[in-house]
Amino acid sequence: MEALVKKRILQVLKGDQDAYGEIVELYKDKVYQISYRMLGNRHEAEDIAQEAFIRAFINIHSFNIDLKFSTWLFRIATNLCIDRIRKKKPDYYLDAEVAGTDGLNMYSQIPSKTDMPEKEIESLELEETIQSEILKLPEKYRTVIVLKYIEELSLIEISKILNLPIGTVKTRIHRGREALRKQLRHV
Amino acid sequence: MNCPDIYTDYMHDYLDEEITPDNETKLREHLLICADCQSHFQELKKTIALVQSTSHIQAPVNFTSAVMARLPNEKKQVGLKRWFRRHPMVTAASLFLTLMVGSLITGWNEDQEFSVSKNPNLIIENNTVIVPEGKTVNGDIVVKNGDLKIEGQVDGNVTVINGDINGEKYLASAGQVTGEIEEINQLFDWLWYHMKKITKDTVNIVK
Repeated sequence: MEALVKKRILQVLKGDQDAYGEIVELYKDKVYQISYRMLGNRHEAEDIAQEAFIRAFINIHSFNIDLKFSTWLFRIATNLCIDRIRKKKPDYYLDAEVAGTDGLNMYSQIPSKTDMPEKEIESLELEETIQSEILKLPEKYRTVIVLKYIEELSLIEISKILNLPIGTVKTRIHRGREALRKQLRHV
Repeated sequence: MNCPDIYTDYMHDYLDEEITPDNETKLREHLLICADCQSHFQELKKTIALVQSTSHIQAPVNFTSAVMARLPNEKKQVGLKRWFRRHPMVTAASLFLTLMVGSLITGWNEDQEFSVSKNPNLIIENNTVIVPEGKTVNGDIVVKNGDLKIEGQVDGNVTVINGDINGEKYLASAGQVTGEIEEINQLFDWLWYHMKKITKDTVNIVK
């Protein structure tokens, strides 16, 4: 896959935008997933994921073709997410968590039209709980946990994406795990 | 929980799959005797399992097209190249036509010298070729960059490029030319003449 991506990048460098479309197709789910788990909101996640691809396109000439493209792309995406978390504007979205309600969002105010099977509701609730617990982590732990356990990347790769020494990445994963353990212990 | 922190470190090393065999043995032995550490370890593993259990989500539909729409405009040159790549026949045809027309136009510009097909019965005065009265020219006559005066008879086709045929007006009555008469003075005529000639030659070769 890396070889194909490199071929497409060379085409993009020559100015061929269609080739970039294929790159977007290949990585859109992963980039969107990182953004969603980091930000906890589909609207914002889509916005940031799109932004990441656009930034990557604009700066593609500065990408070192000998490196892994996904590492570079994920770095752009995580940096954008971190920026967004740090200067989080008081935007209001329906699926944003309502303060003080412990995981409820505005959608929960809208009555559901379909009767969902009990099990499905349970698993949805569990997933929401996990997601909201991830979102409660400080952003530096959240990033490593998302990259490690949702994107399933290696420590070396995470250290490259975040431009941090591997020791720091390890420490953050350990602390992130401990924090999550305390939050999820009674689930 | 009064165990030394080192066991927690071992747990994390284990979860990172970076524990040494020695330390792993130490951890396992400790977990057997320490309920607190054992539940701690179980909770950590459960946490990871829970996080990993979250379903993989997919980007919204139309995500790619939304990104593509927001990209800065590409260079026109590339769009053109891609169009050519997608229409190879049109590209080949237009390339052929361009080269063809180009070479013919060059030929038109370069051929400014006076010339005429050789024939013993023709008289040449300055830039005028004369078919003398009472004489018959057998074969085609092609005059380039000069005029042709037909006073006698021509048994064949007459072509004048960049010049006039003076005898033409008598033609209808006198019938001095048995073949076709053609006067070429425009670039387009020149091209047309060449196309016809090439076609004719090709047909002749085929025959």
